[in-house]
Amino acid sequence: MRGLFLHTAASVVASMPKSAQRTVAAVSAAPAQPASGYRAGVRAVLPLIPAVLAFGVSFGVLAQAADMSAAASIVMSATTFAGSAQFAVVSVLGAGGTAAAAIVAAVLLNARYGPMGLAAADVFKGGPLRRILEAQLLVDESWALSNRDGRFDRRVMLGAGGFLYVGWNAGTAVGVVAGDSLADPATLGLDAAFPALFLALLAPLLRSRTSVAAALLGAAIALALTPITPAGVPVIAATAACLVGLARPRSLPAGAQAGEAGRRQGGQSRHAGGHETRPQEAST
Amino acid sequence: MTAAWTAVLVVGLATIAIKAAGPVLAGERELPLGASRVLNLLAPALLAALVATQAFASDESLVLDERGAGLLAGAVAILLRAPLLVVVLVAAATAAGLRAMT
Repeated sequence: MRGLFLHTAASVVASMPKSAQRTVAAVSAAPAQPASGYRAGVRAVLPLIPAVLAFGVSFGVLAQAADMSAAASIVMSATTFAGSAQFAVVSVLGAGGTAAAAIVAAVLLNARYGPMGLAAADVFKGGPLRRILEAQLLVDESWALSNRDGRFDRRVMLGAGGFLYVGWNAGTAVGVVAGDSLADPATLGLDAAFPALFLALLAPLLRSRTSVAAALLGAAIALALTPITPAGVPVIAATAACLVGLARPRSLPAGAQAGEAGRRQGGQSRHAGGHETRPQEAST
Repeated sequence: MTAAWTAVLVVGLATIAIKAAGPVLAGERELPLGASRVLNLLAPALLAALVATQAFASDESLVLDERGAGLLAGAVAILLRAPLLVVVLVAAATAAGLRAMT
């Protein structure tokens, strides 16, 4: 199994730089081409697929160890599709906890998808059923990768989320079938991949003082609450850090503003309201 | 119904509902200006919290382990403007290397 992961990672390395450049060129040169957006999402999430597969496998393995049936494990990955909550359920049940305790832990962990779904709400189209289905592709990684200055790229989210969904469920199925004869993802350092990914996605957002303040406050809240609250609560509480946006807006340097306006025009900008906020901020 | 199936079905339905709530209820509506300014800051706040908890939280305690070292190496790669794939690989390789040594 170790060989498989390393092989996958190596082939990703070999294929990535050129295709990534092509994607960037295609997106910026021809934003009207319908296919490029989904593919851009798939390519953006490609570096994570080995890790997602490996964690899907370990979920399948741990679920079996916690006496969850094969069918229940596979149904859980298909419906819940959120790693941390699924691992929480398995660890609570595996330690002899009740279904109620497992449910509370998982719902707390997934509560962050409430505000995240609200922020990305205008990405989703069509009737309620279609929105419900498409919204299931919302996970931390697809949300973060499709974020464009607070607006979200529909195709990148659905492309990235869809690829993650396939990887997560395929990994789970392998873990359920193959059992614990496989390598632990921690041995491969894959658990360190996710914080590094989120930091890499955070870095370009830190252009204004308010966003730096929100990030620092969010991290501080999460770290402060980790020892004293159940898992899941620290991250939900950290979303309160975005309330620093209610403080009097500060003006950005002129250069940063021009850059931001340019990027905004490149993205899908359906709301006129978002653009109107910029001159106001500049004048204060 | 076993405890496992109860948990699987309730958590599955709850997660589907949580994820769909925003897209179904707030879909085409324009958000007021203050709300959109606050929601624009959700990304930095939430990403920073995810970085902090995924690197330093272990159940309900704070720990400094190989993930922290991997994050540090990843941060250096980010400062050197390495592509995302390199950042992720550097972090994973650092953590794996340290674990192999200890």
